[in-house]
Amino acid sequence: MGGSVKMIQETLKLAYGENSESIKDKRIAAVQALSGTGACRLFADFQKRFREDSQIYIPVPTWSNHHNIWRDAHVPQNAFRYYHVESRGLDFAGLMDDIKNAPNGSFFLLHACAHNPTGVDPTEDQWKEISNIMKVKGHFPFFDMAYQGFASGDPERDAKAIRLFLEDGHSIGIAQSFAKNMGLYGQRVGCLSVLCEDEKQAVAVKSQLQQLARPMYSNPPVHGALVVSTILDDPDLKNLWLKEVKVMADRIIGMRTALRESLEKLGSQLSWEHITKQIGMFCYSGLTPEQVDRLTSEFHIYMTRNGRISMAGVTTKNVGYLANAIQEVTKSS
Amino acid sequence: MESVFGSIAQAPEDPILGVTVAFNKDTSPVKLNLGVGAYRTEEGKPLVLNVVKKAEQLLINDPARKKEYLPIVGLADFNKSSAKLILGSDSPAVLENRVATVQCLSGTGSLRVGSEFLARHYHQRVIYVPLPTWGNHLKVSHFGGLEVKSYRYYDPTTRGLNFQGLLEDLNSAPSGAIVLLHACAHNPTGVDPTLTQWEEIRKLMRSKVLLPFFDSAYQGFASGSLDADAQSVRIFVADGGECFVAQSYAKNMGLYGERVGALSIVCKTADVASRVESQLKLVIRPMYSNPPIHGASIVATILKDPDMYHEWTVELKAMADRIISMRKQLFDALTARGTPGDWSHIIKQIGMFTFTGLNAEQVSFMTREYHIYMTSDGRISMAGLSSRKVQDFVL
Repeated sequence: MGGSVKMIQETLKLAYGENSESIKDKRIAAVQALSGTGACRLFADFQKRFREDSQIYIPVPTWSNHHNIWRDAHVPQNAFRYYHVESRGLDFAGLMDDIKNAPNGSFFLLHACAHNPTGVDPTEDQWKEISNIMKVKGHFPFFDMAYQGFASGDPERDAKAIRLFLEDGHSIGIAQSFAKNMGLYGQRVGCLSVLCEDEKQAVAVKSQLQQLARPMYSNPPVHGALVVSTILDDPDLKNLWLKEVKVMADRIIGMRTALRESLEKLGSQLSWEHITKQIGMFCYSGLTPEQVDRLTSEFHIYMTRNGRISMAGVTTKNVGYLANAIQEVTKSS
Repeated sequence: MESVFGSIAQAPEDPILGVTVAFNKDTSPVKLNLGVGAYRTEEGKPLVLNVVKKAEQLLINDPARKKEYLPIVGLADFNKSSAKLILGSDSPAVLENRVATVQCLSGTGSLRVGSEFLARHYHQRVIYVPLPTWGNHLKVSHFGGLEVKSYRYYDPTTRGLNFQGLLEDLNSAPSGAIVLLHACAHNPTGVDPTLTQWEEIRKLMRSKVLLPFFDSAYQGFASGSLDADAQSVRIFVADGGECFVAQSYAKNMGLYGERVGALSIVCKTADVASRVESQLKLVIRPMYSNPPIHGASIVATILKDPDMYHEWTVELKAMADRIISMRKQLFDALTARGTPGDWSHIIKQIGMFTFTGLNAEQVSFMTREYHIYMTSDGRISMAGLSSRKVQDFVL
């Protein structure tokens, strides 16, 4: 019911570090999960069952399915400020305020890297401050890490926030997904882990996670997990993967640069700095729903109405067309 | 820092899957695993069907193959083929587009999605399950938001069906209550109603407007015939009424770990089926977003190709025949040895499991003394027996 042991071991190393003490001390309760969604849902169910009185603090905005997940798990939700509309960056003051004002021991959902949908991540220094204040308040950080390796091209770098929290001695939970960084989308491969005080507790927590998986799907699908463990277990294949994930990340980063430069070349009066400052698959363009509608009806360009552009859909062939269209719908604003 | 989960107790092993855990720890050379319901060959090994290997090879060799997300409802071809498999390709329900089918994670996932849907959209929150039933049915229904009650099913004195009790209990169920039915090869008892009895059950259920929820985990695996094993479901669909069916390909295609299954909801009209499907998506999305692609692709490949389909039916029948033959051999061996008691239930019961009639202490004894593993209710998996082992088991 816990899934592929080999896959889990290698997956934990990715998140917690190759030489992680927590792994050596067997303090991590981990089960294979149905990609990131399944990992989040399993944690939400676990939270409901064992911390009945707790709520989850969710960033504004977040991946819309996060709301569905915790709602269906019957865990009440709260919001914490995250995206700053005017600067198209992080509302750091608001975020810190909300963390401080939450009752001690609250559960917080954090995007480990490449925040979805905004692409706005805290800096390393900001993460340090967030970690500090959370420690003081005794909050429980739950990381959704769907883009490790895919954000910067370097999995170690993308795990920095998690590593900081671990150094600071937090107990954390992590939802890991191989959908994007290994392109295994439809295979539904992921991992849920919870860092515990000691091995005994990790065994107990793992057993309870399995108990929650049993009435949902009994055991996780084997195929995708085999692919992952085969790759991560073999040094040559792992190296090949690291190269390929960097190629994917670099192409995205390249498209960000290309889009921004194209808009600037077209003489746009607006600032498009945020396109290259944001990270990961998505760009929160700042386009209004009406502008998005115009992009669709006049230019046949499709995106979610919150102005979120999936940079993966941008290519050298279409970036010019896209820049032109954005310039058209925004030039009067 | 003290853990927020510091007070969590270790959960007990799952009563069924835990048997294999204990078996694996046992170092005895004569150990025998009659616990979990997974098919084993005469050599005691798991079996990957040849037609499945063929299908996987085709998938791997296809350069156009992608790993993109499936739609929330899963692979369309798979869904259509699965509905036809259980309902019959000439089923009016299928032809009239009245069936909402969604790909789910094997039987468990189909049952869970169905339960959650019912808990949200159906006016009755009670599900009646047979006594006994697969242990996980209770958990799945409960976590899905339903209240679980039971109806009499197994008669320990005859080791057969308590038909009177069944009819009485269904008759006194509140109108509209959900009733879980094992389509064939009842787990754990192996005791199935006859077709005549199924017809009576159907009449009673329709007169009381009880909602049938079929768990079909052994189609083709029980009798060796896919159509014969689907009869119970089909007589309900033939009367034009509505029902739920959870299908699993774990056993009959040997795809256990791939987690392939489907939930079909047979509705009165195509319009209802369409709306039902849209609501099913809202149950699935916050659970795991979309189902895994690999296993369903294997199934679709096989079901769509007439030659591969035929090959599958042959391999399936071979598995079913081996189980049936094991029953006969076990019965013969017990009779030959003069073991006291009537063992005819072993050949009367059908499917993978036999309820030996052993109680929990006797089961413990079997494990301690003979390293023979089974679930504590005395259920043995016939698949775990081979011609060789039958002798050991009987002794």
